[in-house]
Amino acid sequence: MTTPWMTYLLVPLIKIVVILVVLILLAAYLSWFERRILAFMQIRIGPNRVWPKGWLQAIADALKLFSKEDVIPARAEKLVFLLGPVLATAPALIVFSVIPFGPTDMFRLTDVNIGILFILGVASVGIYGIILGGWASNNKFSLMGGLRSAAQLISYEVPMGFAVVTVVLMANSLSLVKIVEAQKAQHVWFAFPGWLAIPGLIAFFIYFICGVAETNRNPFDLPEAESELVAGFHTEYSGMKFAFYFLAEYANMVVIASIATVLFLGGWLRPFPNVAALAFLDVIPPIVWFFAKVAVFLFVYIWFRGTFPRYRFDQLMALGWKVFIPVSLINLMAVGLGILLLGGPR
Amino acid sequence: MTERAPVHLSADSEEMEISFGPQHPATHGVLRVMVKIDGERIVETKPVIGYLHRGTEKIFERETYNGCIPHTDRMDYTAAATNNQGLVGAVEKMMGITIPPRAAYIRMMLAELQRIASHTIWLGTHALDIGAQSPFFYTFEEREKILDLYEEYCGARLTLNAMRVGGQPFDLPAGWTDRCRAFIDQLPAKIADWERLLTKNRIWKLRTVGIGVMSGADAIEWGLTGPPLRGSGVKWDVRKVFPYDHYEEMEFDIPIGTNGDTYDRYLVRMEEMRQSVRIVRQCLDRLPDGPVMAKVPKVIKPPKGEAYFSVEGPKGELGYYVVSDGTDKPYRLHVRPACFINLQALPELVRGHLIADLIAVIGTLDIVLGEIDR
Repeated sequence: MTTPWMTYLLVPLIKIVVILVVLILLAAYLSWFERRILAFMQIRIGPNRVWPKGWLQAIADALKLFSKEDVIPARAEKLVFLLGPVLATAPALIVFSVIPFGPTDMFRLTDVNIGILFILGVASVGIYGIILGGWASNNKFSLMGGLRSAAQLISYEVPMGFAVVTVVLMANSLSLVKIVEAQKAQHVWFAFPGWLAIPGLIAFFIYFICGVAETNRNPFDLPEAESELVAGFHTEYSGMKFAFYFLAEYANMVVIASIATVLFLGGWLRPFPNVAALAFLDVIPPIVWFFAKVAVFLFVYIWFRGTFPRYRFDQLMALGWKVFIPVSLINLMAVGLGILLLGGPR
Repeated sequence: MTERAPVHLSADSEEMEISFGPQHPATHGVLRVMVKIDGERIVETKPVIGYLHRGTEKIFERETYNGCIPHTDRMDYTAAATNNQGLVGAVEKMMGITIPPRAAYIRMMLAELQRIASHTIWLGTHALDIGAQSPFFYTFEEREKILDLYEEYCGARLTLNAMRVGGQPFDLPAGWTDRCRAFIDQLPAKIADWERLLTKNRIWKLRTVGIGVMSGADAIEWGLTGPPLRGSGVKWDVRKVFPYDHYEEMEFDIPIGTNGDTYDRYLVRMEEMRQSVRIVRQCLDRLPDGPVMAKVPKVIKPPKGEAYFSVEGPKGELGYYVVSDGTDKPYRLHVRPACFINLQALPELVRGHLIADLIAVIGTLDIVLGEIDR
């Protein structure tokens, strides 16, 4: 007996709570995984003390940040200073409302027919959190961090958009669910669409690199480059407000990884969805495939951090405007032309 | 509305003044740099020093000559052995003491290990400043092994106090040479590992090639020594031009750069580590037997007069100018610190660069504030 009451309020509410809890825990644990993995890459041990074997480290960190004194600098713009972390965190969490974790309605909150547009729009709001937070701190280092991130995010949003449009062309839809289903129908992952493998790969790499830049992660971590700007835009933030920026960063990493999975790696589909011989892989539930792919991306994020030095600000800009934008634009045209001439991806 | 911070510069100016340090993660201690920037571009820099001033040169005047040695440890605290070497060398020069060959060989080994240890810190922190996190941990592992060797020799790891006027206070402990050789044998592979992470890395090259360029002639004008001088292509090494201990018997090359930029200084230091390995290996091969202490009076009393003696420290030429009035304490003991003089070139090196380059250049000068402020 399903009443409208249940379908439209109760079930979505439960889903929202589940998604939020899982996501926040995932972001918190991502920081723990990062520390462990980095430690192994750097011949250290990493957090292994909090019982058992350091598994509660993420919880302990959160509790510690809760109990910290919440400092608001005397000369800060109080309202904007408080608004900063909220504006940074909320969009990162909202984006998950349209991400399909599995094939059925059960695994997603909603399927918006302009899902990818919605994501790009909402995610852009997150920039305000960083700019405003950096500005409102009334600290020169914060201000510079905020300005850097504004410039960086705007520059990298463009090639990222082009890479996404490439996929939209291939799938002929803006809905994330439809995009995955199109990959199933065409028996490919859009990272290597059989008929246009190279443009697909290029779009995939551009998307992921821009994603790393969007989340201010190494080697594009200029807004918080600790050796230059102390801690960048969040220099003055402490306690829970800092924790929210932290959460936003890690949630954004999960967002980028999830979108990359959906757009390019076939979302919840198993590898080689067209090869019947691999059908035994269907034993593994789709949601596991989804999170496994996300995990691979997250590992690469951490791997980057253990390997690369940091770009300089002007070099970052040059890379974005002089390399990624032209390449992604040409790539987009190539895909468009391919679809026009070959009569669609099939 | 809360009150805004006072504005330092006129309203129509785009320039902003930033105080980097003394508590800044990348200024290597307590260096403070006042930077005037236009956007991200540096207009003017002014290093502010003195936060670690301890009056070391004045303290020297109330200590006996051997009592000065521990104070030299604390100047460039990443290179205590070469600091000791310079001071005892200066006093020995005044008194006309020739130290036994075994002592000289031990000194050379300690000094070259120290050069490697100092360069490992430099590489780790320099890479960390430029954003590469991992080399820091790899280099510190090797440094740790050197410190273990030191600990075994003299009991201390950082502030060694490992030399005396007239020779060495102790002979090498049993088995030390084997452990030293084992360390030296595995080091070149590790250095190659570090180089694999950085030398051909695109981002590393973008960040270091053409940054902080100084021509050889300019470097001489500024009085630079050590890797910053050699990176600019000037073949000058105190160990070759004024050999002390037994460096004249050692075979080693002086690596030099061509462009005088941060990348060249990086390459020079990497090669210096390999050359140091070569020197330590030769020392181990030819280590003579015999006493480690020359016959010196119990109370060191150099004759009235003065002497200047310098060694090639990891950071550059480290000189000691001693004036004696014939008593057991120096009348005046001045130090020519390599870092202090190298740091003076900072404003020149970063003019017109971006803020990120300032950090790279501070790293490439390899300064230690303990020696700058003394």
